[in-house]
Amino acid sequence: MFEWLWTPLQYAFMWRGLIAVVLMGSVCAVVGTFVVLRGMAFFGDALAHTILPGVAIGYILNGGNTSGLFWWALGAALLSAIGIGAISHGGRIKEDTAIGIVFAGMFALGITLISTVRSYSVDLSHFLFGDVLGVRDRDLWLSAIFGAVVLTAVIGFYKEFLTLSFDPVLATTLRLPVRFLNYFLMLLMALAIVISLQTVGVALMVAMLITPAATAYLLTPRLPRMIWVAALIASFSGGVGLYLSYYLGIASGGAIVLVATCIFLLVWLGQAVRRQVRSQTGG
Amino acid sequence: MTLRDELTRTKHWIVHRHPHEAESPLLRLENVSLWYDGQPALQDISFELQSGEQLAVVGPNGAGKSTLMKIIAGVLKPTQGDVHIYGHAPDGHICIAYVPQRNAVDWNFPITVRDVVMMGRIGKIGFFRSPGRSDWQRVRQALETVGIQALADRPIHALSGGQQQRMFLARALAQEAELILMDEPLSGLDLPAQEELLALLPTLQQRGIALLFALHDLSLARQHFSKLMLLNRQLIALGQPDEVLKASNLRRAYGGHLQIVPDEGNWLGLSDTCCSDGEG
Repeated sequence: MFEWLWTPLQYAFMWRGLIAVVLMGSVCAVVGTFVVLRGMAFFGDALAHTILPGVAIGYILNGGNTSGLFWWALGAALLSAIGIGAISHGGRIKEDTAIGIVFAGMFALGITLISTVRSYSVDLSHFLFGDVLGVRDRDLWLSAIFGAVVLTAVIGFYKEFLTLSFDPVLATTLRLPVRFLNYFLMLLMALAIVISLQTVGVALMVAMLITPAATAYLLTPRLPRMIWVAALIASFSGGVGLYLSYYLGIASGGAIVLVATCIFLLVWLGQAVRRQVRSQTGG
Repeated sequence: MTLRDELTRTKHWIVHRHPHEAESPLLRLENVSLWYDGQPALQDISFELQSGEQLAVVGPNGAGKSTLMKIIAGVLKPTQGDVHIYGHAPDGHICIAYVPQRNAVDWNFPITVRDVVMMGRIGKIGFFRSPGRSDWQRVRQALETVGIQALADRPIHALSGGQQQRMFLARALAQEAELILMDEPLSGLDLPAQEELLALLPTLQQRGIALLFALHDLSLARQHFSKLMLLNRQLIALGQPDEVLKASNLRRAYGGHLQIVPDEGNWLGLSDTCCSDGEG
């Protein structure tokens, strides 16, 4: 067992991959807790997909050098968030419609841009599904810095995000800057998504935002603990997924998300069975 | 308001609040109207409320009771007219507490009763700071006042309907609200729970807290409030229960949905529209 765990760690790429998934998992889970509580899963999924054109432009401009991707991706996510807000503003177009339009439009733009590059299919699949074993030191540093920013912001604005999520009317009567906080939360989501680009890719990103958080929601009745539990589940899924990917030769992004999904299903089924048993023994 | 305005205001947010003008009443509405899609939801409402006054707001479903409260809380902007809280617009005040209808709340939200009550304090704590000892003290006192201190660590989904309302009242107390707006707090409660909640009203009055209390039950309104407002998009009557609940007023408010029968010199209204579906 020990050897099974240790052998892959002789490779530096495996270390970097592990650090990357733990960072990404924790940051996504912390932000994802609020995504789950506010019912923003669709928005999160859309935001993840809308970074593709940003990634594509960065990729085309810099050739194989991926160092600028972070910023292009972040820019695309912010542009999309603002676009969704602008289109749905006033209520004539419903928000989920606006999300769908921007989501599909940006994603199409991304695919179109990438298809102009010769090594089209390989690159596209890296962006869509991640390439955790290709993570480099520079990416780790950027992830760590962005991650620290996100975690500090969530801790600093914890009370405000909590109140806004539970009771927006109270947030208004306490004269919290509601709109600023909403945009700020979107910015944090965008940062979390950009950090996860290399580990799970845009297509599966929403799973890292919501699956560990939803599992934690089933497990604990109190919010601060829900955040911790979600971060632990996400990091654990990341690690296990990475090892599975190494030993079975399967795509790392898919493996990580599958592990997280299995944990969710186990908890969900376990609780369903327990309820069943309790209702039978209770008469 | 643009995002930029909001950010500018945020900068001054903890420092600047609207002052309370001593000579102004707690609440004054002047010709307030609100139109939704070309339909009037409220028309030309004017009235005043003094500190410590308790006013029951009665009227049929869709009369605009919720809308009126949200306008006073500064959550909705009136199409016309002005709301003044101690002489200034509501959006500069944190002394107004709005208690939501129970069906507007996500009761599976993973927090405890104590957490919810603490939310009332955060307007005074500020960003990047945790609640201090005095904040927790206020929360404890508020829970004691409404009699649910034993439930402080329960998750909110474990509360009964009456306990839920008392928790929100505790939150308003923790907020140090001077005006509490309660939106149909009795709907869906059984009689003992209704009585328990109503029994807290004198405590609020002793503390000088003003109250707007929307409800359906005209006889409860008459028993527990010395001042009533009869609303159906327009302000039909405002004053003492006997003046307000006159047959002519009730007919204007409820139209054909109310039967009016004489009852020992008063008029008794029997309503067949009842309760608790959304926009009241």
